[in-house]
Amino acid sequence: MAITSIKNLKEFSTNNDRFEGSHLLCPGCAHSMIVRELMNCTDDNLVIASNTGCLEVSTAVYPYTSWDTSWIHIGFENAATAASCAESMYKARKRKGTLKDNDAPVKFVAFGGDGSTYDIGFQWLSGAMERGHDFTYICLDNENYANTGGQRSSATPIGANTSTAQAGSHSYGKKQKKKDIVAIMAAHGAPYVAQLAPNKWKSMAKGFQKALETEGPCFINTVSACTTEWKFDPKDTIHITDLATDTLMFPIYEIIDGHELNILYRPKNILKVEDYLGAQGRYRHLFKPENKHVIERIQSDIDKNWEMLQRREEARI
Amino acid sequence: MSTGVLGTDKRGIRELGAEEKVGWDEVTRGVVLNSFDGEALDIAHKKAEERDYSDFNSYVATVASWRIIKPVFNRDICIDCQNCWVWCPDTSIISRDKQMLGIDYDHCKGCGVCVEVCPTNPKSLLMFSEAKENEDALEEWPEKEKKTK
Ligand SMILES: Cc1ncc(C[n+]2csc(CCOP(=O)(O)OP(=O)(O)O)c2C)c(N)n1
Ligand code: SF4
Ligand code: SF4
Ligand code: SF4
Ligand SMILES: [Mg+2]
Repeated sequence: MAITSIKNLKEFSTNNDRFEGSHLLCPGCAHSMIVRELMNCTDDNLVIASNTGCLEVSTAVYPYTSWDTSWIHIGFENAATAASCAESMYKARKRKGTLKDNDAPVKFVAFGGDGSTYDIGFQWLSGAMERGHDFTYICLDNENYANTGGQRSSATPIGANTSTAQAGSHSYGKKQKKKDIVAIMAAHGAPYVAQLAPNKWKSMAKGFQKALETEGPCFINTVSACTTEWKFDPKDTIHITDLATDTLMFPIYEIIDGHELNILYRPKNILKVEDYLGAQGRYRHLFKPENKHVIERIQSDIDKNWEMLQRREEARI
Repeated sequence: MSTGVLGTDKRGIRELGAEEKVGWDEVTRGVVLNSFDGEALDIAHKKAEERDYSDFNSYVATVASWRIIKPVFNRDICIDCQNCWVWCPDTSIISRDKQMLGIDYDHCKGCGVCVEVCPTNPKSLLMFSEAKENEDALEEWPEKEKKTK
């Protein structure tokens, strides 16, 4: 077992990247920031499964791969299936002593987008979590089906303009609330579940390391700002993510063994959600007078959720 | 094509898509793209310049042509905080032994994230036109900005 030092950024930066450049993700895409951080958190061997989505199609364009580890691409539904089954096979072969190196530490990781995690691969994810494999599932939550042109998913927040929930004279965009995937995964009784963000690199690295070290199925939802579909300048990826965590649109917290909740980041100044919404083209229409009620609804949902998280943390159960 | 700060002879030798490929219908079953020639174990403990990258590793490719603006690095102001390293989405900040050495211009797409997260005053990274020589950019570096209250 070898996690790497995350005491400070200088020490963290001595790691040798295992996710290479010249992948084809958009300039400023947060997916790769998150992947790099995961891979720099450990020097163990990694077996990574990615299902279809921006990350997969952009990092394995024939004849190139950007992965310096074992990496499996599988259909849209099945990142959890591939990682959990590879883990089962590894355990069986280890037991039989038929591995090339029986002592080399290996970690199993699955990456899926929100489309595959919240919607299309949901049943397969649930199955793998319930079966209790020793692996970590990381959702790159950019709140839409980015790779196919920005369709709405059940991770898309209310009010966002997407290609299949369009804002216009008759609609303010998506009508339904974002699904609470973290609560659903915690309800599986998973030993470690968290929501993390790349702007808070240290809490993200800590959470990744906890998940890798914890035996059993761990789930992490990461906010992955998407410059193309959220419509902001590529240079602002970290700024937008700061706004996401400081308005509490994306609170950072972990849930241990399905019940013990710890808040991992408390903004000194909690910003109003308008600051976050106003910085992205996908919410521009909400600032029309007739859509004011949607912004009020989003703010009120955020306030209630924050209150709920704090009370659950206080309960210490 | 630049070979980058720590370029090996393989770096930046071709643009993605420009090389000869086996057609999709010629790929045989169970084919594997190896990221390295030879031994791939213990890669986490090898720096890029110590690795035996294969021709299939995107490390040997370049996306330099995506850029219209580029970050330029000013060593004199840098405090080696590594903000640029942790947030670069394209593994294009070259850091060794806790020191920021420079930008990998074969992999940098010119997003500008590194400039935004650089905390020094003036910044140690700034965006310039791709056409500008780095030496000229360094000549034009702005002065420290006064705090306005
Ligand atoms: C079963 C199936 N349905 C649809 C698709 C088409 N498809 C490929 S990628 C994608 C969107 C992926 O969205 P998400 O999982 O959120 O990842 P992102 O691209 O946003 O990172 C879709 C719909 C597919 N490959 N397989
Ligand atoms: S569309 Fe969004 S998620 Fe996909 S590569 Fe571009 S920025 Fe990243
Ligand atoms: S401009 Fe973007 S890709 Fe280039 S070094 Fe800076 S952060 Fe990395
Ligand atoms: S962010 Fe700026 S100061 Fe920090 S290491 Fe990079 S160039 Fe140097
Ligand atoms: Mg998505």
